[in-house]
Amino acid sequence: MASPASQPQRLVGLNLMVTIESKPPTARSGEAVYFLIATVALALVAAAATAASKDPLFQFQGWIFTIAFTLGSFALAAGISSGSFNSPQDRYSDGVIKAGVIATMFWGAAGMLVGCIIAAQLSWPRIFYFPDFGFLNFGRLRPLHTSAVIFAFGGNALIATSFWVVQRTCRARLFGGIAPWFVFWGYQLFIVLAGLGYLVGITQGQEYAEPEWATDLWLAIVWVAYLLVFLGTIWKRKEPHIYVANWFYLAFIVTIAILHIVNNLALPVSFLNHRSYEVWAGVQSALVQWWYGHNAVGFFLTAGFLGMMYYFIPKRAERPIYSYRLSIVHFWALIFIYIWAGPHHLHYTALPQWAQTLGMTFSIMLWMPSWGGMINGLMTLSGAWDKLRTDPVIRMLVVSLAFYGMSTFEGPVMSIRAVNALSHYTDWTIGHVHSGALGWVGFVTFGSVYCMVPWLWKKDRLYSNTLVEWHFWIATTGILLYISAMWVSGIMEGLMWREYTPQGFLAYSFVEVVAARHVEFVIRLGGGLMYLAGALIMIYNLWRTVQLPSSESAAHPANATPAPLALAAE
Amino acid sequence: MATSSPLFSKHATLERHSLLLLIGIIIVVSIGGIIEIAPLFYLESTIEKVGGMRPYTPLELEGRDIYIREGCYLCHSQMIRPLKDEVERYGHYSLAAESMYDHPFQWGSERQGPDLARVGGKYSDAWHRDHLINPRSVVPESIMPPYAFLAKKDLDYRDIAEKLKTQKAVGVPYTDAEIASAADDLKAQADPSASDATLKAHYGAKANARDYDGDPDRITEMDALIAYLQMLGTLVDFSTYHADAPANQR
Repeated sequence: MASPASQPQRLVGLNLMVTIESKPPTARSGEAVYFLIATVALALVAAAATAASKDPLFQFQGWIFTIAFTLGSFALAAGISSGSFNSPQDRYSDGVIKAGVIATMFWGAAGMLVGCIIAAQLSWPRIFYFPDFGFLNFGRLRPLHTSAVIFAFGGNALIATSFWVVQRTCRARLFGGIAPWFVFWGYQLFIVLAGLGYLVGITQGQEYAEPEWATDLWLAIVWVAYLLVFLGTIWKRKEPHIYVANWFYLAFIVTIAILHIVNNLALPVSFLNHRSYEVWAGVQSALVQWWYGHNAVGFFLTAGFLGMMYYFIPKRAERPIYSYRLSIVHFWALIFIYIWAGPHHLHYTALPQWAQTLGMTFSIMLWMPSWGGMINGLMTLSGAWDKLRTDPVIRMLVVSLAFYGMSTFEGPVMSIRAVNALSHYTDWTIGHVHSGALGWVGFVTFGSVYCMVPWLWKKDRLYSNTLVEWHFWIATTGILLYISAMWVSGIMEGLMWREYTPQGFLAYSFVEVVAARHVEFVIRLGGGLMYLAGALIMIYNLWRTVQLPSSESAAHPANATPAPLALAAE
Repeated sequence: MATSSPLFSKHATLERHSLLLLIGIIIVVSIGGIIEIAPLFYLESTIEKVGGMRPYTPLELEGRDIYIREGCYLCHSQMIRPLKDEVERYGHYSLAAESMYDHPFQWGSERQGPDLARVGGKYSDAWHRDHLINPRSVVPESIMPPYAFLAKKDLDYRDIAEKLKTQKAVGVPYTDAEIASAADDLKAQADPSASDATLKAHYGAKANARDYDGDPDRITEMDALIAYLQMLGTLVDFSTYHADAPANQR
């Protein structure tokens, strides 16, 4: 490149002004009519299918679809007749992002609460199980917990932040008129279908891909719309370069589409039956599932959230990204290598050993691009380290990177066959997942939402930085309690299973190992409750922030002090 | 200046053309999956050649669907690893062939409870019933949820023939006769007074047929689940499996 100034990193310095350019507002209700026609048609199809089916679980899903499409039709009709879809086209669409932020915090608290409930069930099974209410059993609540935190909390955070980031870094309004709203509400419908489905017993029995075929089809439609909105906004951009955060968001959206479709290829028992059978069987089913499962971590919980990191950390620190070249190397290496890592979930299983070894090799290699990303984020604070002391939001973002670095080191270690022989099937895995989910995904989301809420609702500041401090310390302590308890529990479990007496017999029965973990279960619950408490403090803080008097004229800090036109570090 | 290295300046092309970036991403993320997954479909050594494997009986298939519905796989693995302690605790390590008819696989990732790959025949039906109704009545330290409602709920098997047909369409070798008599075979397996001749003609003499839940008048979800649990890991005839044979070197 001729000059560093032309590097896309200067996009970091874009200001956040709401006005894009002065273009006369145009009426957009035309396409809303098409949405209305489609929604009414879908409501009729759903109602007819519900009436025709003899399968009670299919009918349950059918009712949810029918109610949702009917409500959608009314909302669209009301919107068209009142003209509220004729919003000015010269401003960023922020309404859908506000809705996304609210959904993120709502589903986050709900998902964490379910996590605490199932932790309590494992701690005190005599108290927290109800023999006649099968829908409250661990086996049905556990997918509710994982889906709520990964797909509902994480998914809404990704959609909301990606809509914010892509508009600001492309200086373009979201593409597709009301299509972003379709993505938002369609995604909420997917969450409700999946979550209530688990409770009544609709699942295809694949971890993190539990929803059945009808819900999967719906998600595929919503996801394609999401991809089109995102890409369309990039096509409209007024910046020559596509900013690095958008590469990560794009990789996340595209790869999740591929993973979702391939892992959910299934044949319905009939088109009026909720149940389907996967086209893959046995060992192929296992590898496809963990190719999906590990890359749900790699692309949903990593690439997408790295997109968040690449925007909000430089923005909040008012510093350029540390290294442009490192972002390029780290991006391509990360997405190339992650895809291979799935078989490390299947060490010592009936999966052929060559596949296990490939998975392990690439998992270890993955350590490097992961830490490349962490270093790129951390070093962005060069020259602004003092902000760690003064700004609890940036501290949260930085600690999320520390947890990212820790769990992306722990992961490769656990993928080594000899280590995995001990760790697999134990609570160590659960601890590992939570150091990534609570520490990395949770904290980077909290940090980004703390940034966005004052910007979105046009406030000078958050209601209380002190409450952010409380949130930070309670949640961090909670995570440490959680993951330490699971390290102890998991390693103890693995060692007890393989313990022999001097006479050569297995030393412990299975249930003795279960009983030995009771204390760790209780500590884990304590950690989870602390993390939930932090999230509730945050919700209160955000609620009070929204109620602060607006500061339209003074604008927000990001505008008052535009970040320096950033240069690449080289 | 480092930034002017030709490789990195070429990257600007990708940053300026979203479709090129998109295509680049799709190519890069496809390579690993194709190289790892595709061979599993044509390498003959992926699944061992063993005797004894058969599709699930209709009652077992319903039981398996309940196992999946209740999320049993979230705490119980069905994959015994070839490690000394696991083989001594649970039995012969699991073969790929043993899940060849599992759509999807149920190997699991967690052991909050013990592995179930070879639980079939280890406990009596009565033990399973008591344990499922209240796990702590037989294992005081257990953290498993209670499944008392299964014994109260009649099994809904109206769509069993369609289920077999769907399984056949995804590759499970059910015959047309087995699909046609699916509901009868299901009833015969759970009813101690019915003739199980057709059932055994279809699924082999080793197929269990009895009342599983202690209530011979009804076919409950408990019947189906216990029928499934009692056949887990019992199919393969290990006298025909030679781990050292070249065909089984994986």
